[in-house]
Amino acid sequence: MAAIYSLYIINKSGGLIFYKDYGLQGRMDTNDSLRLASLWHSMHAISQQLSPIPGCAGIELLEADTFDLHCFQSLTGTKFFVVSEPGTQNMENLLKHIYELYTDYVLKNPFYEMEMPIRCELFDINLAQAIQKDRVSYLGR
Amino acid sequence: MQFFGGSEISPSPPVPTASGNNAHMMYIFNRNGVCLLYREWNRPLRTLDSNQDHKLMFGLLFSLKSLTAKMDPSSTEKGNLGVPQLPGQGCSFHSFRTNTYKLSFMESPSGIKIILVTHPNASDLKESLKYIYNLYVEYVVKNPLYTPGTPIRSELFNTTLDQYVRGLG
Repeated sequence: MAAIYSLYIINKSGGLIFYKDYGLQGRMDTNDSLRLASLWHSMHAISQQLSPIPGCAGIELLEADTFDLHCFQSLTGTKFFVVSEPGTQNMENLLKHIYELYTDYVLKNPFYEMEMPIRCELFDINLAQAIQKDRVSYLGR
Repeated sequence: MQFFGGSEISPSPPVPTASGNNAHMMYIFNRNGVCLLYREWNRPLRTLDSNQDHKLMFGLLFSLKSLTAKMDPSSTEKGNLGVPQLPGQGCSFHSFRTNTYKLSFMESPSGIKIILVTHPNASDLKESLKYIYNLYVEYVVKNPLYTPGTPIRSELFNTTLDQYVRGLG
């Protein structure tokens, strides 16, 4: 029973900088996760071009047959997206919280190089807590 | 995939949930990517000429479908990313939402793709797309003068469609 299947963070040029799997299927192949991330980056951009109304900021929610994909783009172009069970609520708040953790524990880390893969222990710890908390509140309802 | 869950060929249209025209545009593609029909009701922004626009839309759907098939967390047997899939094969998607529009998508077993672009707050349109598919079967497929794979030029289909979409919530 997992409310959240996986989390991806991609930088402004479409490169995968963080990927974590919470589902039961195990980790996806590294090459595949990189490809998926850059594919999502371009689909996000194309969806803005096809908008019938000006001011489109790209896909926020993709509803597939077996999962929902919630995407949040920060002002600098970094995209955060979670793959969750269909119909999971409150993902926008979780994504904003993850963004907060990213600014606190990744961007403020003096050893972190911009646009490079994230390897920060504090970020991992706090992220695991946030996901755990969210999962508990989801199952508790 | 369920398309005709016990319903008649031409069921009564789903009851509109709200009044007012929320639909922006609609596309129908066949399995080869030919745009059979493009209808537009409200589209202030046009970034490309129509031919390019149709191609881009078809490409977006094709790629999103291979993305969802690969991402599907419920199965372990997934092919390689980007391998073309038959209609009904693999995990597909039924809608996506941006801050300015919502796109609803349906694919029939024969590969006909129906795309409806509406206001982002529109409700679930799965039933409406099925109804539009039924209209297509009634007014286009059953028309003896229609050659499959060519753009649809049916006045009757267009007026019925306009009437139906106008009532959509």
